[in-house]
Amino acid sequence: MLTEEERKEIRDELKRHAHKQAACVEALKIVQRHRGWVSDEVRDIAELLEMTPDELDGVATFYSQIFRRPAGKHVIRVCDGVSCWVMGYDIVRRHLKVRLGIDAGETSSDGQFTLLPISCLGACNIAPAMMIDDELYGNLTFEKIDGILEKYR
Amino acid sequence: MKKKPLTKNIRPGRGPLTLKEYEKSGGYQAVRKALKMTPQQVQEEVKASNLRGRGGAGFPTGMKWSFVPMGDDAPRPKYFLVNADEMEPGAFKDRLLLEGDPHQVIEGAIVSSYAIQADIAYIFLRWAYKLAEERLARAIAEAYAENYLGKNIMGSDYSLELYLHVSAGRYICGEETALLNAMEGRRAIPRTKPPFPQVCGLWGKPSVVNNTETVCNVPHIISNGAEWFKGLGRSGDGGTKIYGVSGRVNRPGAWELPMGTTIRELLEEHAGGMIDGYKFRGVMPGGGSTDFLVGEHLDVKMDFDSVQKAGSRMGTGTMIVLDDKTCPVGMVHNLEEFFARESCGWCTPCREGLPWLAKILRAIEEGKGEAGDIEILKEHTKLLGPGNTFCAHAPGAVEPLQSALKYFREDFERHIREKRCSYK
Repeated sequence: MLTEEERKEIRDELKRHAHKQAACVEALKIVQRHRGWVSDEVRDIAELLEMTPDELDGVATFYSQIFRRPAGKHVIRVCDGVSCWVMGYDIVRRHLKVRLGIDAGETSSDGQFTLLPISCLGACNIAPAMMIDDELYGNLTFEKIDGILEKYR
Repeated sequence: MKKKPLTKNIRPGRGPLTLKEYEKSGGYQAVRKALKMTPQQVQEEVKASNLRGRGGAGFPTGMKWSFVPMGDDAPRPKYFLVNADEMEPGAFKDRLLLEGDPHQVIEGAIVSSYAIQADIAYIFLRWAYKLAEERLARAIAEAYAENYLGKNIMGSDYSLELYLHVSAGRYICGEETALLNAMEGRRAIPRTKPPFPQVCGLWGKPSVVNNTETVCNVPHIISNGAEWFKGLGRSGDGGTKIYGVSGRVNRPGAWELPMGTTIRELLEEHAGGMIDGYKFRGVMPGGGSTDFLVGEHLDVKMDFDSVQKAGSRMGTGTMIVLDDKTCPVGMVHNLEEFFARESCGWCTPCREGLPWLAKILRAIEEGKGEAGDIEILKEHTKLLGPGNTFCAHAPGAVEPLQSALKYFREDFERHIREKRCSYK
């Protein structure tokens, strides 16, 4: 069941669109903002958008940043674009793995962090780079990564 | 005259200009001027400037616009879309413009929309560009408040609504017809062409999709004229270009320079040359989907025709450098993993072929390569090349591979022969 708040936000979003289906990415993002992921409430969202659940799930699963599985409180996206790869993506990922005890695609047992590889973040001038939630970090070194992680613990 | 029109307002480390500051530096004059011209005159000026699309394909912008039905009988509403879904591996030029001068993007969108008499415009923004999202949203609100957007802009009879659409990841959304499907709330798979979007685009109505940097050029062409624009470049393609360099160079970054600046000048003067201890081996001149060029090409001018003559594409103009301590097989493997992951899955050669390439490259990199692998890779650069797939995704994906096989073949052979990667 969607919460009343989620429903209201989706209805408000629908007002901006002449075609209901066009609001679907935004609607999925609304639910993800509230829950950290998009659960099988896809059904209820689809109803509001006048789409079939399958149609909406087809869209939800298409996008890499719509999560159809639970994610940790903080999502760490490590850029594996080619410039970051040249500049040390592998050692950044290995270091994160050691520090967090999780590999790409996994969530830490305390539910704090999910680690994901991410396509080029467009931060090639400050490679290697990563994003934690909405924050971008570049020129990563081991010391810098440790300092950044502290902020989120 | 201004030599760096696109970046003159960008102040590194400081926020972008507010609407008032942007107006003071000459901003929104192009909107005022364009509204006194006919849409056809705006189109003609852009056509005369020889502005070519900065998203990668280099298609002449004025010509793209000219296919849109005009006049009272044209289907309505018409749409104009700014493609700000920058996701090419190695590209970070549109981010600079979106974050650095959002009003320039909006002014470009208004003038371009006027030229095709669009009723509704969208900025299709990449999800990862959070700062750009915040700044664009603020700038759009400012532009509405001053009537640069909305009903009867500046007292004219032209009205335009502009919306910001923030996407949710996937490289293919940058393909213009996939972008249209994404906007409609469908899976973002490319559409068959023809019909072309200019005739049958968003919800079946006439639509134009232009790259962010392309759009940013438009107000300057209208303000200063086509001849001025052509004079900015050093070769046939007019204007300036935002070039970028990343990899093991001393000063990775992006700079606005005359179109036709050479690769050598970019690498040595602007990027400060290679970091001590690293030697130049090759470069992908326009992002991850462009063929490698090597030492013999350093004096090639970075414009659409010159790079093509050298055997690659200028693409986005943001280059990635391969140094002598980085494994070319590993680099191409990284790229093919990306392209395989980002294939939309719609057509079989791309959906099945790219993961196969990635798998073979991974095996070679891990010392499990076999005799015959190079031939299979080579064959696939043809099978996945132009004409065999639904869109340009797979043909772009095989560009770095085919050129790596040409210039760095010995590295592939050595991996297979020695059953290991000698760079590790």
